[in-house]
Amino acid sequence: MSEHIVPPKVYVGIFLSLMVLTAATVAAAYVNLGAFNIVIALAIASLKATLVVLYFMHARYSPKRTHMVIIAAVFWLAIMLALTLSDYVTRDRDVAANTPMSQMLGS
Amino acid sequence: MHRTGELYGQFETLEQQKESAALGMWVFLSTEVLFFGGLFMTYTLNRHYYGVAFGVGSNTLDLKLGGANTVVLILSSLTMAMSVWASHVGKRKATTSFLIATLVLGTAFLGVKVIEYKQKFDHHLIPGYHFQIDYRAQHPAPNDDPKEIEAEKEELSKAFAKDPDLNAHAQLYFSLYFGMTGLHALHMIVGAGMLVWLIRQSLLGRFTPTYNTPVEMIGLYWHFVDIVWIYLFPLLYLIDRHR
Repeated sequence: MSEHIVPPKVYVGIFLSLMVLTAATVAAAYVNLGAFNIVIALAIASLKATLVVLYFMHARYSPKRTHMVIIAAVFWLAIMLALTLSDYVTRDRDVAANTPMSQMLGS
Repeated sequence: MHRTGELYGQFETLEQQKESAALGMWVFLSTEVLFFGGLFMTYTLNRHYYGVAFGVGSNTLDLKLGGANTVVLILSSLTMAMSVWASHVGKRKATTSFLIATLVLGTAFLGVKVIEYKQKFDHHLIPGYHFQIDYRAQHPAPNDDPKEIEAEKEELSKAFAKDPDLNAHAQLYFSLYFGMTGLHALHMIVGAGMLVWLIRQSLLGRFTPTYNTPVEMIGLYWHFVDIVWIYLFPLLYLIDRHR
């Protein structure tokens, strides 16, 4: 079989990187960066997820059709998030004040 | 039951058989991405609208417990990956030991979650009729740090000034907190059940360097559940820590 056996050294290295990134995300949360707090939190989480997928889940050593499924999963999720948000964030309705749509339109 | 390492009729080679299993597992995991995705979508919208309430809700969570749990869960992913390695190189005892370590760490995670949920019950933070976001500030326990309670009161009064409907909106945060961590915990419980089965199979000596597909497939599932937590941790615990 052509399968790749990942040595324990790699797993331990990935684990340590994940620990460092966890510490980094907690540290970054205590600094007020305004809107960038969430950007940094998600960037670090995505980096961690990528490490898990590539090494713990062996995606790096997997055939191309496995890559296709992974990319499709991320793409479908992106479609759901992007299309739903493109609707909600372009609405004028003041949701926080619970103003009904009819009132906003003045009817 | 199937005999281990046997080539089924519909496959040409053992390698093809194993790759098919992995592909099927990845397809299942991609449906799981969308299953959890709906909750993440709901979270994003509500946080966008009720950011103040979400910040207040997030700050009631115990960062020490959440952080410790993150370490425990990532460590369990390491032991799971190590058991896959051990089964590949034919170390039977090590395979079993790493699987047991994974189960112990997974159970520890769920135990900490129980402690966290219990705190929320005690502080009236379960969505419903008795939900009260300032319950702890109004009814501090004798062992609560008075400074911490003062800080919480101040935070709450500022938040109420910004969002008079804070109590209702904080319930949305806690509904999502329990929904998302609950669904995640359910996946952990299912994973723990599968680990018990794997440990039994491993003790019976079913896994060899040529046949270890179940260890790998359940490993994929376990790592996926770890990834969900990697996103849940900053999104639920770290919204508004800098205030």
